[in-house]
Amino acid sequence: MEAFWLQVLSGVTNGGIYAAVGLALVMIYQSTHHINFAQGEMATFATYIAWALLQLGLPYWLAFGATLLIAFAGGVAIQRLILRPVEKAPVLTNVIVFIGLLVIFNAVSGMLFDHTIKVFPSPFPKEGFLVTKFFSGHQLGASFVTLAVLLCIFAFLRFTPIGLAMRAAALNPDSARLVGIKVSWMLAIGWGFAAAVGAVAGMMVAPIVFLDPNMMSGILLYGFAAALLGGIDNPWGSVVGGLIVGVLENLLGAYVIGTELKLTVALVLIVAILTVKPDGLFGKKVVTRV
Amino acid sequence: MTMNSKRRDITQAIAAVAIGVGMAGASPAALAQKQYGPGATDQEIKIGNIMPYSGPASAYGAIGKAAAGYYQMINDQGGVNGRKINFVSLDDGYSPPKTLEQARKLVEQDNVLALVTTLGTPTNSAIHKYMNQRKVPHLFIATGATKWGDPKGYPWTMGFQPSYQPEAKIYVQHILETKPNAKIGILYQNDDYGKDYLKGFEDGLGDKAKSMIVAKVSYEVTDPTIDSQIVQLKASGADTFFNITTPKFAAMAIKKAAETGWKPTHYLNSVSNSAGAVMNPAGAENGIGIITGLYWKELDDPEFAADKAMTDYLAFMKKYLPQADTKDVNYLYGYSNAMAVAEVLKRCGDNLTRENVMKQAASLKDFNIPTLLPGINLTTGADDFFPIERMQPARWDGKRWVRFGKVLGR
Amino acid sequence: MQQLNRWPSWVILGIGLLVLPFLIKDFRVFQLSLMIVYAIALLGLNILTGYGGQISLGHGAFYAMGGYCAAILMDRFGLPYMATIPLAAGLCFLAGIFMGFPALRLGGHYLALATFALALAMPQLLKFKHFESLTGGVQGIILMKPTPPFEFSFLDQPLSEDRWLYFVVLAVAVIMFALARNLLNGRIGRAIVAVRDQPIAAGALGVNLAFTKTITFGISAAFTGVAGALGTITVAFVAPDSFNVFLSISFLVGVVVGGLASIPGAIFGAAFIQFVPNIADQISKSAPWAVYGVFLIALMYLAPNGIMGIINRRRRGL
Repeated sequence: MEAFWLQVLSGVTNGGIYAAVGLALVMIYQSTHHINFAQGEMATFATYIAWALLQLGLPYWLAFGATLLIAFAGGVAIQRLILRPVEKAPVLTNVIVFIGLLVIFNAVSGMLFDHTIKVFPSPFPKEGFLVTKFFSGHQLGASFVTLAVLLCIFAFLRFTPIGLAMRAAALNPDSARLVGIKVSWMLAIGWGFAAAVGAVAGMMVAPIVFLDPNMMSGILLYGFAAALLGGIDNPWGSVVGGLIVGVLENLLGAYVIGTELKLTVALVLIVAILTVKPDGLFGKKVVTRV
Repeated sequence: MTMNSKRRDITQAIAAVAIGVGMAGASPAALAQKQYGPGATDQEIKIGNIMPYSGPASAYGAIGKAAAGYYQMINDQGGVNGRKINFVSLDDGYSPPKTLEQARKLVEQDNVLALVTTLGTPTNSAIHKYMNQRKVPHLFIATGATKWGDPKGYPWTMGFQPSYQPEAKIYVQHILETKPNAKIGILYQNDDYGKDYLKGFEDGLGDKAKSMIVAKVSYEVTDPTIDSQIVQLKASGADTFFNITTPKFAAMAIKKAAETGWKPTHYLNSVSNSAGAVMNPAGAENGIGIITGLYWKELDDPEFAADKAMTDYLAFMKKYLPQADTKDVNYLYGYSNAMAVAEVLKRCGDNLTRENVMKQAASLKDFNIPTLLPGINLTTGADDFFPIERMQPARWDGKRWVRFGKVLGR
Repeated sequence: MQQLNRWPSWVILGIGLLVLPFLIKDFRVFQLSLMIVYAIALLGLNILTGYGGQISLGHGAFYAMGGYCAAILMDRFGLPYMATIPLAAGLCFLAGIFMGFPALRLGGHYLALATFALALAMPQLLKFKHFESLTGGVQGIILMKPTPPFEFSFLDQPLSEDRWLYFVVLAVAVIMFALARNLLNGRIGRAIVAVRDQPIAAGALGVNLAFTKTITFGISAAFTGVAGALGTITVAFVAPDSFNVFLSISFLVGVVVGGLASIPGAIFGAAFIQFVPNIADQISKSAPWAVYGVFLIALMYLAPNGIMGIINRRRRGL
């Protein structure tokens, strides 16, 4: 029985990782209506920057904060410089630009920091009040951080005027312009926030999976699945989606189908769920007028 | 090309006269004319290499970088028999079709003398037949899959490191001797490398495999973590663990096992026993008691602190790869593999044909690479295409690998 | 359309294609064959994504299916390689129809995820131990390269295996491209485009939406499956690692770079994904994929509708 709970809890931890990445994807989607395939690699690159700052001797939370700022600025810069020229282009053109960014970030990470795995420290204590053999200090801490980020995003998008403006700009850019919203800058801010959220995800994940240029490649797909399962426009959904994906995969691997097919079966189940609920579990149904 | 054939004609004529005049005591080597295969000239020897510099296996690109640095060093010291080594290394992203394309480019367009140190099992499988059909030396492949030592079937392909199945059998031997009632759990990467080790292990156990192996769990390279697998293995009640994982996942496994409080007798495969790439990132105390098979000298081993081979290696790294993490054993591997290649080329002398390269590679007798542990050498023969076959068992003590027992293997 | 009437240029092109392999080395012919194979694969994806408007990130899976189908038929059942191509097409057609069903319910990003999932699951399925006797498991299957059935020499160059394969691939490509053109210019093609642009109006006009969408998937998969079979014959080796996720992504890149909803665009896209990585490798040894990414982004700036977008603009005199 203990093993079962261990599997569930390890699934919850993994799910937290997927949820964090999924959150960044949702963030980008809510502000730009695009799914950013480069999200994982951007997060990895941001984590490398944090690692470099730590190597220089900065204390953890200072490096953490600095990385968030750098990531935000970087995200804004990418939108302004690289994505603006294709803002009006078809969706798939944007997708290809994202793929271009993906390979660029991956290659630059490898070139600057080489491919040997690096240890990324965890800021959370190894022993502590709630730490048991079911949770490690880091897993608990990372979960709290993910929840905190989620709450911030939710509050920001829902309750602040800028958040409202961002959502309007993404939903209906033309009308938004008519009411005076600077749509282009809303997109840029959206990218900045998404990059920052990605950086948080990266820094929370790296202590578990070790830092190397391909750290996020496997996780991105699961983040994608988490975000879509929960509904691409719903931040809470991505957290639930992430937890479901993480736990499902673990339980399938341990008890149902064995590890050799668990990825396949997990994906089949996700597709099946989506077929029943095509907008995700908590997504809004988009109605188009004919 | 015409220049060389002209020179060859003249040299042949001179050689014919010389043979006729001084047949009695002249040694054959002195009379041998220069023979050049593709890629070899008076000035240079061109050899090719294919590495995954990008993609999921990019960590192994370090091997190619170290090898390139070594050849650079050799060239700076004058080259091999006065010829510079031109090392052409291409990226295949660990994708077999790309490996084939790059191999064809190197052989048919760049006209290299040989392909050396190519990495990966599926990638080398894709070019296995091609290299042998084209009769191009496919030397010192950077993988331990057992199928590379097949001189009858594939006379142009030769492995390098101890192969996986014999290594697994060494661990089996140790288990049967020290813990005959062990309950064994295995974690393996779901690919050629993982399954090769697994086969060797199960074959080594024979009939006992069914009763002794209580859990066999796999993972994919694309999996983010293997926590679930470790939990599964612990839950199976295994008290012995055979860990067939590549470095990143090995570090994760060691860490997670410690975190869940699972303390089996842990056998770690030699691909992932690097102090720098695995044991330290995993938490050095977490790995205490892990057993592995070593064949390289360890940087942290006090016995080799002043060893010339290691100080040479460190000096080499400082000069040619200053940014690299010297504790990542991939660099040591590439450096040493290049040493073997350079030796083979040196032994070819002026007969730099593909046939002779293969011949020299297949006649190594106790050739010592100084970075190998004492008692372990390269030996090849007409029916032995496994250059390194011996390993030294060692145990991690929290700081470094401590050797114990005798060197095992053929 | 007017190009067709200027048939002398097509004749010259045709003669050029036939003579080319004898002018270049075997290895380059091999690369060209691979490029043509990719062009067929891209044509398949374009039918679904360009003409049909359904995004697929998983066409690598159909390519793998076609490839393994050919390999298994040749290696385990001894079929001649030419026979495997229509069989691969048939198998992938059925697989595509099967994928088409969930595609009916999913749209946009959700379909992208579902197809991405297919591409990810494929290697795992291929490695599965219960299929090992058929698929060769992690080791894959090594094949014999086809030999030319007759002796031939042109311009002093023999008809080598590579050159023979090139002609085989070229012939299949011509057939597939002609099929695609007939299909897309015909009733089904117009239905596909109608369903993409105005599904409700199309339905009102009597187009069976479910049938059209599913058939589009099937046809698209069949084309890419044929490419997979040809690719396997050319490379003479299949392994699960040959069909990773990046292959599916490359296909999407190729289709957009070449030009969506365009048949000739497939050729440009194939040239891009086959040759630009090699060029990038020559430009930068330390970060070749960064160079590739830069090329990609630059191309999207200059040609947001793909290379065919530029050509069409020129032709229309804009």
